[in-house]
Amino acid sequence: MQNHSPDIQHRSPAPQVPQGSAPSGAVSEAAASQPKDAVGQEPAVRLKGLMKRFGKTVAVQETDLTIETGELVTLLGPSGCGKTTILRMIAGLETPTKGDIYIKGRRINDTPIHKRNLGMIFQNYALFPHKTIFENVAFGLKYRNVSREETREKVSQALEMVRLPGVEKRSPSQLSGGQQQRIALARAIVIEPDVLLMDEPLSALDEKLREEMRMEIDNIQQQLNLTTLFVTHDQREALSMSNKIVVMKDGRKQQEGTPEDVYDYPDNYFVADFLGHANFFDARVLEVLDNDQVRVRIAEGLEFTADHVGRWREGQDVHLVMRAQKINVTSPDLADEELESTELNYYPGRIYDRSYMGGETSYFVELDHGVRLHIISMVRRRPHRIGDEVVLHVPARHCGLLPREK
Amino acid sequence: MNENQHSSWRPWALLAPSLGAVFLLLVVPVCFIVVYSFWLRAPSGADIVAFQFGNYSKFFQDFFYPSILLRTIRVSLECVFLCLVMGYIPAYFFYRSKTRFKSLLMLLIMLPFWISFIIRTLSWINILGDTGLINYLLVSAGILGEPLGMLYNEGAVLMGLIQYLLPFMILNIYVSLEGIDQSLLEAARSMGCTEWQAFREVTLPLSLPGVSAGSLLVFVLSAGTYLPPMILGGPGNEMIANLIFKRVIGTLDWPFGSAISVILLLLVGTIVWTYNRYLGINQVFKAMQ
Ligand SMILES: Nc1ncnc2c1ncn2[C@@H]1O[C@H](COP(=O)(O)OP(=O)(O)OP(=O)(O)O)[C@@H](O)[C@H]1O
Ligand SMILES: [Mg+2]
Repeated sequence: MQNHSPDIQHRSPAPQVPQGSAPSGAVSEAAASQPKDAVGQEPAVRLKGLMKRFGKTVAVQETDLTIETGELVTLLGPSGCGKTTILRMIAGLETPTKGDIYIKGRRINDTPIHKRNLGMIFQNYALFPHKTIFENVAFGLKYRNVSREETREKVSQALEMVRLPGVEKRSPSQLSGGQQQRIALARAIVIEPDVLLMDEPLSALDEKLREEMRMEIDNIQQQLNLTTLFVTHDQREALSMSNKIVVMKDGRKQQEGTPEDVYDYPDNYFVADFLGHANFFDARVLEVLDNDQVRVRIAEGLEFTADHVGRWREGQDVHLVMRAQKINVTSPDLADEELESTELNYYPGRIYDRSYMGGETSYFVELDHGVRLHIISMVRRRPHRIGDEVVLHVPARHCGLLPREK
Repeated sequence: MNENQHSSWRPWALLAPSLGAVFLLLVVPVCFIVVYSFWLRAPSGADIVAFQFGNYSKFFQDFFYPSILLRTIRVSLECVFLCLVMGYIPAYFFYRSKTRFKSLLMLLIMLPFWISFIIRTLSWINILGDTGLINYLLVSAGILGEPLGMLYNEGAVLMGLIQYLLPFMILNIYVSLEGIDQSLLEAARSMGCTEWQAFREVTLPLSLPGVSAGSLLVFVLSAGTYLPPMILGGPGNEMIANLIFKRVIGTLDWPFGSAISVILLLLVGTIVWTYNRYLGINQVFKAMQ
């Protein structure tokens, strides 16, 4: 195992001096195979063509992924898309069928689990029920030859970190679910892992606790500059915590990028559909305008102008994507002045259904030709009612285009 | 645990039917036995209703009967120990095995229960006896000049007890192993345990409830059985149940047989109670650390 110098490793700021004189041979070997990154530091985690097959099912297709030191990367996707499998391969709990795993530039495919120096957080906390909180948190230290004194100190530091000081003598069953998960977090960070792996750590908690715990994890992760791989199928978790989101489907990476990127500029239909609430229309490109905009038609007389992101040509079949939150809905009498200033993407419609959700309201609006839209809008004055005539406006930058798949 | 003690009447109402059955089928017969143990047996062989402790004082009159009692306990403890060692390994194997035939294997473990206990015990004569399988093979192979006396000693009795009781041990341990959350092991491994260390830290302590339950069951059943000593044991290998069997079935001395039964009951009861009290599951956990 690499000799890890605890404090330096943790508290060091993200940008670091290139490792010109890397000590181990493995590092230089890895560096040689990735010449482009040679200038910066080795990424904390690097997956190369990682693939896993269980019998006939391919759980994970060949996947490349890089996690920089101190980054929190989220694997997001529906059930069965292979998130857990990727995480378990990194942890060493599953053997990859193909591909390589590098941690800090060192290939660890053949390193047994217990020598990988990783922290794991499980959905069901996985605290040892027959051990006290102290013994739980100190567990990893016990196998790292840490002196008794130091162990006691580190455990109490870790417990302070998760804001549960003084519970050393209790047993896990005496703590609530949220507290247990925080102990699990303390247990994982106390060994100063190279990477923290979390598999849906919040899904066993109730809504309110989840929010709290999410901030807690976020906080600690940033404070310790912990490289983290976070698995979830909850997009809100992913969007709020991540430096980078990897959206997956059927074992395949769909898109990788910052939360803003994947949310605002989805690469394909699946990503657009999976994140948030979006309206999709089959459309055809009418005209590519000079001012970097595209004019598309979804029905006779229903034409929208979209910002030109991507490469489109006239006559092409596309999807027009409009996020439910990005559509403005107003009463016709208030809309007049706006109409004059924008003129674009402005259509009358009628609310045929709505659901009021306190802070925001979902409207279901029908335009001409039976075109229907889902709109989520903040409730300002008084919500519109079913049957109201309204006016919709979608700014061009919120009209996305996606290629139509065959 | 503490909360459970303050539970309302509801659980009891739900338990009532089974409690009733237990009462009828277990408590009532035991009461009969207790009453019988105070009766007097006339020299003519007739049972006379009485309340006297003659049957009990007869048991402790000399060392003969108590020594059988002690032997019963010793042999039962040996049996528990051997079942433990021989049972943990297959139970662990089943637990770890990923074969699709797991349920079939479990069925095989229970297979002996389908065959009469007497037949199973008798069959050991054909294996261990002077003209049995082992001696036949050894002698005809020229390894032994004359057959080895393997029957009618304590070893043979233990053999018979183990073949009867081992499945109970395996099943108990297996069930508690199956109940161990796999992610606990994974957590231990990820924090630096080798497979063996993870076994010691997680699997073993968490399987102790099964070990404990299995041991108790094996002990109690072993202390109360009479077939293996009767069929496979010699005159010096009698256990307490043989004594009861002989008194009740052989000489029809119900009062004395009942008194021995009560003594056995008290002894086993005390052991079980002590075990639970001082070697309860929590205690076992603490001892591990
Ligand atoms: N041990 C296994 N044996 C066989 N198939 C497996 C095994 N583990 C996972 N799979 C399969 O691999 C695929 C990916 O599973 P995985 O657990 O990685 O999904 P996931 O994205 O974590 O889903 P979830 O959100 O439900 O946890 C699934 O089709 C699953 O059935
Ligand atoms: Mg999963």
